[in-house]
Amino acid sequence: MSDVLRVNPIACEGHGLCAELFPERIRLDDWGYPIVDPRPITPELEQHARRAVDSCPTLALLLARTHTNATGAAVGPGRPRR
Amino acid sequence: MTGATGLTTARQPDPPATPRGLPRLLASVREDARPTSLDEHVRRYGSTRDAVTGPALISLVEASGLRGRGGAAFPTGVKLRAVAAQRGRPVLVVNGVEAEPASGKDRALLRTTPQLVLDGAVLAAGAVGAQEVIVGIGRHAIREREVVAAAIDARRRKRIDGRVSLRVVVAPDAFVSGEETALLQFLNGGPAKPTFTPPRPFERGVGGAPTLVQNVETLAHLALIARFGAPWFRELGTPAEPGSALLTISGAVARPGIHEIALGTPLRELLTDAGGATEPVSAYLVGGYFGTWFAEPAARELLLDEEHLAARGGGFGAGVIVALPATTCPVSEVARVARYLADESAGQCGPCVHGLPAIADSLARITIGEAHDQRLARWLTEVRGRGACRHPDGATRFAASSLDVFAGEIEEHLRYGRCAASDRRVLPIPARGRDRR
Ligand SMILES: Cc1cc2nc3c(=O)[nH]c(=O)nc-3n(C[C@H](O)[C@H](O)[C@H](O)COP(=O)(O)O)c2cc1C
Ligand code: SF4
Ligand code: SF4
Repeated sequence: MSDVLRVNPIACEGHGLCAELFPERIRLDDWGYPIVDPRPITPELEQHARRAVDSCPTLALLLARTHTNATGAAVGPGRPRR
Repeated sequence: MTGATGLTTARQPDPPATPRGLPRLLASVREDARPTSLDEHVRRYGSTRDAVTGPALISLVEASGLRGRGGAAFPTGVKLRAVAAQRGRPVLVVNGVEAEPASGKDRALLRTTPQLVLDGAVLAAGAVGAQEVIVGIGRHAIREREVVAAAIDARRRKRIDGRVSLRVVVAPDAFVSGEETALLQFLNGGPAKPTFTPPRPFERGVGGAPTLVQNVETLAHLALIARFGAPWFRELGTPAEPGSALLTISGAVARPGIHEIALGTPLRELLTDAGGATEPVSAYLVGGYFGTWFAEPAARELLLDEEHLAARGGGFGAGVIVALPATTCPVSEVARVARYLADESAGQCGPCVHGLPAIADSLARITIGEAHDQRLARWLTEVRGRGACRHPDGATRFAASSLDVFAGEIEEHLRYGRCAASDRRVLPIPARGRDRR
């Protein structure tokens, strides 16, 4: 079990702050909305991820718990736990 | 019955026969297409008194392998079990919105055999412990609403549903209002727009209660499974996707309309069923406006089930098939649909709000021979999976498939500013200004 980043696209206003704070895993599309890397957050990245989540002005960025399957890929969107 | 003695003896009604082969759902549809009455319905299929009810029905539905017919092909038994396992009394919502423009099968069931759908709803409610059933029907489906309201009255008069109460709710018929969280938000007094999940409907839906949302056709199948069992259900279809399914076929076929097939049937057979093509066809749209194109003649060998179609980049969706005449310009057709899907965005999520119009603009430029935006291919992959609902996923799948299958015609447009085909319109687009709230 580990965490993946998720965006609530209804709440997200495309401020782009998250991409600035966590470029390792978040980039912006042509309209300024975040594209997050679906891979689970590794322990080294945990702190950066947390900071990005905590800085989002609309609480749209979430760390969601996920299960990983045998191949290590994240399974299911998971329940946000911010 | 008049016997040899000339005396009349009380006639025992024939016990309803277990339906063999096809049709199943459409077996009691009247010649004159008026709704089948409750009596006619019971005469054909038997009463729900003799059906499997309550929690035992959940195991039976699991064993049947029934999957949802609203587009996502999700195993119905899994959903029933998830709702039943929640705390609190669940609510059942029958999804009869059917806002997909080229689809008509749910409305056809509601209009012609409403008691089969209502049986399924009451049985599913009993399986999960729900007492409240809400049938959501689109605002423009006026006839269907009248028929279902009358069918509910007939059941009430005969008191056949115990504690379960049924009611019809008029839902908006914008494209996304049939998405389950949109329908639930509407039923809760909000706009008919999708919500972020979780919570999923089975956790929190109508009034915060665990809610089972099932498509109209799914419940009609469930009503028959409860009567005739899982092995019977599996007599048709494939092992992964058992049973029959309704399809809405339109375009260049002699008999457009609703057809019931066994899942896994080749498209070729459906076309024969539909009276064959009336003119040469360039490609078939399979799965509606979230679906994909398959070019003639290879398309005829396609098998109509989710597994087979998904392996080819497509999907069964809600069973919509359109045969596009070869004389119709496919490029302008797909551009119109892309624009419609962009206009039907619920306007909530950045990637959908900005991405779908950008994609539609790009396709529109191709129709007039202008080079499309070089970013188009990237948008088609980037927008996918980034909305609160699957609307952008479906819209981009449709656009990507169009670019792929009609690459030749697109080339022609870019070279000559247009193609040799006419701009006769085949793919239906509802009039603008349909209500959204
Ligand atoms: C944009 C969108 C529109 C949808 N419209 C409908 C609809 O009109 N009717 C329907 O039954 N399902 C529709 N669905 C699917 C529902 O969300 C849901 O999966 C379905 O009602 C569940 O029932 P089933 O499991 O019996 O198929 C739609 C989904 C999306 C993403
Ligand atoms: S910081 Fe929050 S609102 Fe801004 S783009 Fe990122 S997720 Fe969206
Ligand atoms: S993805 Fe599009 S249609 Fe779905 S909720 Fe978001 S804006 Fe609305």
